Amino acid sequence: MKEAVQVTDLVVARGGKEVLHGLSCSVSRGSVTGLLGPSGGGKTTLMRCLVGVQTVSSGSVMVLDEAAGSAGLRHRVGYVTQSPSVYSDLTVAENARYFAAVLGASSSAAVRAIADVGLKEQSAQLVATLSGGQRARASLACALLGDPELLILDEPTVGLDPVLREELWGMFASLAAGGTTLVVSSHVMDEAGRCDRILLLREGALIADDSPDALRRAAGTDDLDQMFLTLIQKVEAA
Amino acid sequence: MSPTITWATAKRVLTQLSHDHRTVALLVLVPSLLMVLLRFVFDDDAAFDAIGLPLLGVFPLVIMFLVTSVAMLRERTSGTLERLLTTPMHKLDLLLGYGIAFALAAALQAAVATGTAYLLLGLDTQGSWGWVVVVAVANAVLGMALGLLISAFARSEFQAVQFMPAVVLPQFLTCGLLISRDQMAGWLEAISNVLPMSYAVEGLQEIGANSSLTSTLVRDLGVVLGATVIALGLGALTLRRRSG
Repeated sequence: MKEAVQVTDLVVARGGKEVLHGLSCSVSRGSVTGLLGPSGGGKTTLMRCLVGVQTVSSGSVMVLDEAAGSAGLRHRVGYVTQSPSVYSDLTVAENARYFAAVLGASSSAAVRAIADVGLKEQSAQLVATLSGGQRARASLACALLGDPELLILDEPTVGLDPVLREELWGMFASLAAGGTTLVVSSHVMDEAGRCDRILLLREGALIADDSPDALRRAAGTDDLDQMFLTLIQKVEAA
Repeated sequence: MSPTITWATAKRVLTQLSHDHRTVALLVLVPSLLMVLLRFVFDDDAAFDAIGLPLLGVFPLVIMFLVTSVAMLRERTSGTLERLLTTPMHKLDLLLGYGIAFALAAALQAAVATGTAYLLLGLDTQGSWGWVVVVAVANAVLGMALGLLISAFARSEFQAVQFMPAVVLPQFLTCGLLISRDQMAGWLEAISNVLPMSYAVEGLQEIGANSSLTSTLVRDLGVVLGATVIALGLGALTLRRRSG
């Protein structure tokens, strides 16, 4: 199958409240898909569904031709949560070496992943002593181990300076060029331009699913923030 | 299950411990210092032999219960547990990894406390000190398994710590140390019959009174290990890959 992810009629309730209302979408292999929209729109919930850690009310989520969360996917899908999930009482290198062992990657892969996220200098530093952005990158490094076919990244660039953000998006593009599929969430609209495709989520529903260029054309503006507003107004008017 | 992942997890837990010098110092020294304190409280060799010996098994259980329930709670709240469960790691890899790490820490703790009791404080038993260490480590592993299980019911570190008196103290009160179990009311003795600490204490008393390995000690060790396996099994059930 060409699609890396196929979501059909997905309904999810969290805390007794329905947060995704029959959502359908797909993600092609070897692409960077941006999951955008305001906070509380269901981005994280959708990502949790793709990884298979979210209890689903109804609908189906197929990932790399298997049901999301099945045992066969556990070494093929990498997941980075919004708040960094690494051990703060270990150093960056110790974290990476541990997750490398868990994912069946070598310790040289751990060294490489740390360099890839620009934390070589902080390698021997305890995660607790890192800045917020550095912690997020340590968490990202641990997800790169084991060369997953699908990477789910929840707000990986929050709190990063523009240079680092640029570097990370460069890395995402080169991973995609190498065949990895990436789903990246963000609420920074100017990052949308770096994606091959954009899924715009608002209040648990998909309000747009297209390439950045097509969305710009549809909204009649080059400015991505403006584009988002126009699209929402169109949906509300309809 | 994978021995590589289990061992990597044990090593990771020990590395976390080793970064925390104060915790290591507390783990290694507190039981020994308590033994010293106890020796001077009694100021009498026979009483110290009767009470100090069983306490060599009680201290590791209490300490490992606390350390593990907080460590596991952190694993749950920091998102690392959820992350690990999205990887090829088997739940048993995680539980056994914790088990091995804390058993090693407990062995060090028990060796130091037992050494202090025998060499410095003149503890006298018919049986060998080696068996005392074995029972103490078994107790520590039981405390760890109970801590892992209980962490699932705590939402915060405040709650986790409060579970210690709730889970451990009733066992301590009825384990036969304050008053021998056959002198307790029937229903109370029945309760103490199903609480694992009763067997831990009985096992140590066996070592105190017999120079050779008794069948009661073997049974007691079996009960402690069995309770550990049950607690770990129930703990595994609380590790959910999916949540709401």
